[in-house]
Amino acid sequence: MSGWAGAGHRRFRKVISYAWLGATALCALLVVGVLFFILGSLVWKGGSDIDLNFFTQLPKPVGETGGGMANAIVGSIKLLFLASLVGIPIGVVGGIYMAEFGGRLSAFIIQYTADLLNGVPSIVIGLFTYSLIVIRMKHFSTLAGGFALGVMMIPITLRSTEQFLRSVPVTLREGAMALGASKWRTIVSVVVPAAYRGILTAILLALARVAGETAPLLFTALNNRYWSPGWNQPTASLPVMVFTYGISPYDDWQRQAWAAGLVLLGMVLLTNIIARAVLSRGISAPR
Amino acid sequence: MNAALGAARKPAPAAGSAAKTDPLAGLKPRLEVRNLNFFYGPKHALFDISLTVPINRVTALIGPSGCGKSTLLRTLNRMHETVKTSRLEGQILLDGESVLDQDVTRLRRRVGMVFQRPNPFPKSIFDNIAYGLRVNGYKGSISEAVEKSLRRAALWDEVKDALHKSAYALSGGQQQRLCIARALAVDPEVLLLDEPCSALDPISTAKIEELLFGLKEICTMVIVTHNMQQAARSSDLTAFMLEGHLVEFQTTEQLFTTPSDPRTEAYITGRFG
Repeated sequence: MSGWAGAGHRRFRKVISYAWLGATALCALLVVGVLFFILGSLVWKGGSDIDLNFFTQLPKPVGETGGGMANAIVGSIKLLFLASLVGIPIGVVGGIYMAEFGGRLSAFIIQYTADLLNGVPSIVIGLFTYSLIVIRMKHFSTLAGGFALGVMMIPITLRSTEQFLRSVPVTLREGAMALGASKWRTIVSVVVPAAYRGILTAILLALARVAGETAPLLFTALNNRYWSPGWNQPTASLPVMVFTYGISPYDDWQRQAWAAGLVLLGMVLLTNIIARAVLSRGISAPR
Repeated sequence: MNAALGAARKPAPAAGSAAKTDPLAGLKPRLEVRNLNFFYGPKHALFDISLTVPINRVTALIGPSGCGKSTLLRTLNRMHETVKTSRLEGQILLDGESVLDQDVTRLRRRVGMVFQRPNPFPKSIFDNIAYGLRVNGYKGSISEAVEKSLRRAALWDEVKDALHKSAYALSGGQQQRLCIARALAVDPEVLLLDEPCSALDPISTAKIEELLFGLKEICTMVIVTHNMQQAARSSDLTAFMLEGHLVEFQTTEQLFTTPSDPRTEAYITGRFG
């Protein structure tokens, strides 16, 4: 027993190391590949239908070709705006409470509830909103749709806000408190700014996630072939258009469904790019 | 004044060593710790500590890891309150006024703190210094106060053209001097330093020690260090702590040349710790 392994063993270790490197690279490639495959097929099947009309015109009746989805694009934007109004403040402020003030029991209860809420199927949230708002108002509306999407945003924003706040180093908090800052002042002026990039990323993820939700909208915002003025009427939205056009028997509707999918993805991407551009300014805390 | 001082020091038998000379002779007290006992939950961490920190001097707290020196330091501006299970008995006086009874935000304006690792805020250099001023509702010109603090911390010449850049663009040593400047900005009477050089290279350390020496004019400092050379170089008085007890409190010169307690001698000659 001389103690150290020989050349054969070293070679074996190298082989293992390369094998693992290869496996991880392959998986990473697969992830990127799936995204590009989806993007590619969207462009391939729907790209040709995207023109100015798509963004400016209402859908044409069956039989007529052309037309656009202007109402669905605006509808989706309005729905996401309402969802943000509901989901972001509750999620962020609740996350702040959990990270900074929550005792063990209350934090556990809220965490657990948020995780459960996150796991509730979106169609159930649609049904819940239907019974809560639609039945009482006696009609479908943008308001109900936005509320349903907002409810879905809450757990994602809440949990990630909490996590990003918790990852802010204790030394930063102590630095502020040692200067005479009160607890809330420390949170508002040091802790949240140190975590705001993470929080914003989380909000974007939540938005992107609900932007594509269809099921809760079927019960709440329904659909609309025309413009939906105000907040009180049923509205068209891109995901629901993808659904109705996608399952239709007409070729040009199916193409438009693909186009709508592409526009939806484009919107999510655009928000992401803008937010990241904004984020790259300012000073971030090191992790 | 000396009589008052003597009286204040009388309940300090826990200092153990029957000190022959009074290390505080002729000095005015800034902070007085009296019969301090401190607990983390059920764990008794500090035992009946009595210690007087004189005005415009550097007082060093030395001792092996876990001896309670950082804990003692953190009670002086009540940072220990961030630990929910902690409990404190005894008295701490700042200029004769109880630290424990006054508004904590006011106390921390008067007793500043610099931490082990530089902890600048994710803000610009300027906003880092201005933070304490804004929090405490400073009425004067903020930019003048920022410049004054940066000059005091010997950082002005290095950063005057980059005030609006991120504080994280600075080197570790510069960041620590920024944190000192940030603490000085609110004109504290006492500056607590918790191993301020432990994360720094020797050159940055030398700069900070030199800086502390100059700051004696404007404030009283208490520095925790496990580096005995640093204590010997930069402090006027030194307290040696062991397992939550204050073993010996002397002028730095006397403690390092003729310690009166055998445990102090064993520690400074490197037999443990």
